[in-house]
Amino acid sequence: MSVKTAKNSAKAGEGTEISRELLLKMWENMNLARNFEEHVQWLFSKGLVHGTTHLGIGEEATAAGTIAALKPQDYVFGTHRGHSQAICKGISVNNMMAEILARETGVCKGKGGSMHIADPDIHYFGADGILGASAVMCNGTALAIKKRGEKDRISLVFFGDGTSNEGATWEAMNLAAVWQLPTLFVCVNNTYGMSTPIAQAMHDTDISKRAYPFDMPARSIDGNNVLEVYRTIKEAREYVASGKGPMLVVENTYRISGHSKSDGNLYRTKEEIESWKKKCPIKAFRKYLVENGIATEQELDDMAQAAANAIDAAEEYAKSCPEPSVDDLLNDVYA
Amino acid sequence: MATMKEITYAQAINDAMCEEMQRDENVFMMGEDIAEYCGAFGVSRGMLEKFGKDRIMNTPISEQAYVGAGIGAAMAGMRPIVELMFSDFMCVCFDELVNEAPKMRFMFGGKVKVPMVMRTAAGAGTGAAAQHSQSLEACLAHFPGLKVVIPSTPYDAKGLLKTAIRDDNPVMFLEQKTLYRTKGMVPEEEYTIPLGVADVKREGTDCSIITYGRMVQMSLQAAEKLAEEGIHVEVVDIRSLVPLDTKTIVESVKKTHRALIVHEAVQFGGFGGEIAGQIADSDAFYYLDAPIRRLGALSCPIPFNPNLERETFPTVDKIIAQVKSLL
Repeated sequence: MSVKTAKNSAKAGEGTEISRELLLKMWENMNLARNFEEHVQWLFSKGLVHGTTHLGIGEEATAAGTIAALKPQDYVFGTHRGHSQAICKGISVNNMMAEILARETGVCKGKGGSMHIADPDIHYFGADGILGASAVMCNGTALAIKKRGEKDRISLVFFGDGTSNEGATWEAMNLAAVWQLPTLFVCVNNTYGMSTPIAQAMHDTDISKRAYPFDMPARSIDGNNVLEVYRTIKEAREYVASGKGPMLVVENTYRISGHSKSDGNLYRTKEEIESWKKKCPIKAFRKYLVENGIATEQELDDMAQAAANAIDAAEEYAKSCPEPSVDDLLNDVYA
Repeated sequence: MATMKEITYAQAINDAMCEEMQRDENVFMMGEDIAEYCGAFGVSRGMLEKFGKDRIMNTPISEQAYVGAGIGAAMAGMRPIVELMFSDFMCVCFDELVNEAPKMRFMFGGKVKVPMVMRTAAGAGTGAAAQHSQSLEACLAHFPGLKVVIPSTPYDAKGLLKTAIRDDNPVMFLEQKTLYRTKGMVPEEEYTIPLGVADVKREGTDCSIITYGRMVQMSLQAAEKLAEEGIHVEVVDIRSLVPLDTKTIVESVKKTHRALIVHEAVQFGGFGGEIAGQIADSDAFYYLDAPIRRLGALSCPIPFNPNLERETFPTVDKIIAQVKSLL
């Protein structure tokens, strides 16, 4: 696996036409995602939330860069490690926190929880707990786009390195290729499927090669460099939207947080985790923004603080909301 | 009185799909070998010529891929009809049928619909042995969010399928492969049949046979023979397992005081247990003059040998014997 260093990554953003507004939007989203997940982690550690959650601390650039390159009408299927994807697609942190705290005002009315955060109203078909399922369903929304002749719309699915070994993922890539669907496959390779390192789960760890048999273009990029992610997905979106067929982008990153709340990190060393903390995508992006005169340290600090405040407020909001009524239990089983 | 015509069960299904595709451009069909080949049972004959390859779509042999695509397309507002060649193949895409299609709406807070029909050929009697002959409807009926329909006549097949295609939920439409070539009268005019309404196919006073699918015809044959002996059996065709018309079942049992449930699926753990439970839970219990009886397939994989295959399932003789044992 070739993951570029943060220094090289900063260079990758140069020469691209990205507005200051969009750069700062990505900064805001990455900070919202990081704060949201750290806050959720803290709430879980205090026993204030039931169920489980899958955090993607350290992977924020993949969601922020990818979704910044999309248009609001694009369909997005997220992963079960998808809080940052949901935030970047535009779900309010208030309704997300309310969902995690199982409230009536949760984005899924408290019936989905962390693993199923979704909002079809903004074309975010959300987190799915079964790996591989999102890829096959993503082809369905892509098929609908194609059938309706919608020219400036694509369907994107995030999936992990672990899911790249699911049969459904392969079936989905084949179908998208043979039907030339506007599907963009985005593999967030965080190097572990739960505790199993990718080298134990695949003979060749270059996941981008999996596009070859389907004659799909593929890119393998530094998923910790939000600008490289943005630029790659922008190009990929243009390719997919032009009707040339699907494409695969592998965003190589690292999950600093454990797999879920039960993770004791027995399968990796502290040194390994520390080395990746140094490659934190938020730190790298800060360096880029400051060095290129896009924002001052103070401005970035202020925005980061505002994000932290928004998450605090989201917790307060969620706690102020009632739990769903038992009278509502059987609603929405059938349309 | 409506003008009637005689058509096959397969043609009734074909007619229902053609009418709905003409009526709604969001309806399309996909499945394995459904275009030029017209499906393994010839159900989609003529549809490629009528609607073209963009609406009659051959898929790769990838059940997860195309059933999943059906779900996604439905979530995006289309109305896909997905044909699974044999119902046994649902095991290859069980995730899509169990964890995805029926759960999306509830899990996502009621913000999405999955108006997809999965049509598939179920049942034995063709010498196709253990992996191409099963009746797996009880599994599907077990998942809230799915509807499960099993028609027994051309009339029911057409009317129920049209309703299923217009339904905003995932509907599992289990066709009976040995009924495809059977004929029946169907109105020339358009009609639909609501899901969840049982049909009393024969009225009687001595015993209720509650059944569905291929076993309806067999139960009617048994009823005919029993009538010759002065035993009057009522045959209730439930037509859909979900939603289930418990009311009609209960009323019938209260009238006849006896209940025999017949289905082709394996008796142990089959849907007959649910029907028996519904009767036992209702006030029909107090009207019973005999235990509730079930008759389904023996607990074995379906054998190839025709004699063994026949003996695996309910037969007219077995139904007659069971009815008599309740009197």
